[in-house]
Amino acid sequence: LRKQLIKTVSDVLERDERVVLLLGDIGVYGFSELAKKFPKRVYNIGICEQASVSLAAGLALEGMIPVFHTIAPFMVERALEQLKDDFGYQGIGGNFISVGASYDYAALGCTHHCPSDVAILKTIPNMEIFIPGHPLEFDKCFRQQYADGRPTYFRLSEQSNAEPHLALMDCIKSGLCGTVLAIGPMLDRTLEACKDLDVTVFYSIHGAPFQGCGLKNIVVVEPCYEGSFAHEFSGLSIGVPRRFLTNYGTAAEHDDACGLTPTDIRAQIMEYFNL
Amino acid sequence: VIAELKKRIVQAAYESKEGHIASAFSILDILWVLHNEILRPDDCFILSKGHASLALYAILSLDLSDFAKYGSRLGGHPDRNKAVGVTASTGSLGHGLPMAVGISLARKIKGVTGRVFCVIGDGECNEGSIWEACLLAAHHKLDNLTLIVDYNHSNDKSLSLENLRDKLDSFNFLCLPINGHNHDDIRTGLRYFRKNRPIAVIAETIKGKDCKRMENNPEWHHKIPNAVELTEILEELSCGNN
Repeated sequence: LRKQLIKTVSDVLERDERVVLLLGDIGVYGFSELAKKFPKRVYNIGICEQASVSLAAGLALEGMIPVFHTIAPFMVERALEQLKDDFGYQGIGGNFISVGASYDYAALGCTHHCPSDVAILKTIPNMEIFIPGHPLEFDKCFRQQYADGRPTYFRLSEQSNAEPHLALMDCIKSGLCGTVLAIGPMLDRTLEACKDLDVTVFYSIHGAPFQGCGLKNIVVVEPCYEGSFAHEFSGLSIGVPRRFLTNYGTAAEHDDACGLTPTDIRAQIMEYFNL
Repeated sequence: VIAELKKRIVQAAYESKEGHIASAFSILDILWVLHNEILRPDDCFILSKGHASLALYAILSLDLSDFAKYGSRLGGHPDRNKAVGVTASTGSLGHGLPMAVGISLARKIKGVTGRVFCVIGDGECNEGSIWEACLLAAHHKLDNLTLIVDYNHSNDKSLSLENLRDKLDSFNFLCLPINGHNHDDIRTGLRYFRKNRPIAVIAETIKGKDCKRMENNPEWHHKIPNAVELTEILEELSCGNN
């Protein structure tokens, strides 16, 4: 996937002069030719992830399309608030391409692991998440999404499936006894695990906004923390809605608006259980 | 004029029971000169210390009657998608300056003119992202950027900045220490330009300026006056000679 990253991003940057690539001091060698050709639009921005994400937001406010690339925990966990405020809350577009995934850097230890990225980024309303399981899937979704005006996260991994599936959600195999959803790079091993089981296997690379297609009571095989997709398949969840609450006022007014008063909670529970 | 703006700010804070009055007073002179004498149509301004939003709203002559109310467009921190004239949504400290650096860099990439001004607080300088942004601004020679530090010494007792000028100087900013309430000083500082170097205007200011009970009194950082205090403050501002 790293080779594809260089190929795809280089091609898009050549074609679209709004694109600016910021490298968090990784991938610099791979992009060295591109940097020579476009010194004003390819930067080794240094090891300063928080300022890099905010700087990217500044570029976006001026009409550029930033692409920030670094190792997953340094982007997602260290600069989370910058992603939330400067991109999510401000409602502007940018692309965030991580490497390392959950434990591609296994030998380097926990500081370089990031199984939390998908679950964490799902907490940012407006954030789009892609978990490609094949280089060509990355190529397709990056070209489709990079200029869509939304903050978009692309989770790249060294793990990959043998064949690409170019739909965001695909039915790979049909069965009668249950449904399994494999996410991104987990497809091949899920298919191998289920090869003589009478189950349906769906495949998705779309982490958010997730189209659950009404699926409930299914097994999800995730390359990130278990339960990263749990919210989509749970029963009734009553809580703060997953959007930016851009009004001011008081906490009580927000309770009202979020349906979190005792009356609201009771009504929702009664409706859920047909009481 | 400044006194009238201050009165509007206190009144709005009193009515909404919200607002960082002393922080707004600290930067009001700077914003006044910036907006009335410096900013051109292609320039841009970011208030990185978003909690002083009332000062920005007052300078922009926005209607403060529903400030911070549930459906208002004007909150305790400025929202670029709601308030006309707000370039960036700020509130969490240490975000506005690196965004301003990004805007300055974008203008260099595109080859367009227009200067970028950003006000940060001295307390905000405790944030690491401020210093990351300073490294980036100097490294990329962003001479279209003017950083204005509202140096009201609010953090001297927690995490002091000591010799701020030396620090910014060593980051290769061209530093101009000024009196942040003297309009001539402010004008001179904000007009400064030096090829290949970002400017840092270090504005010595008084938090709560012109309101004796607030001046450099941490109790008033986020305090709202009661009815009696409101009357006294409005009177004090009317008698002032600013």
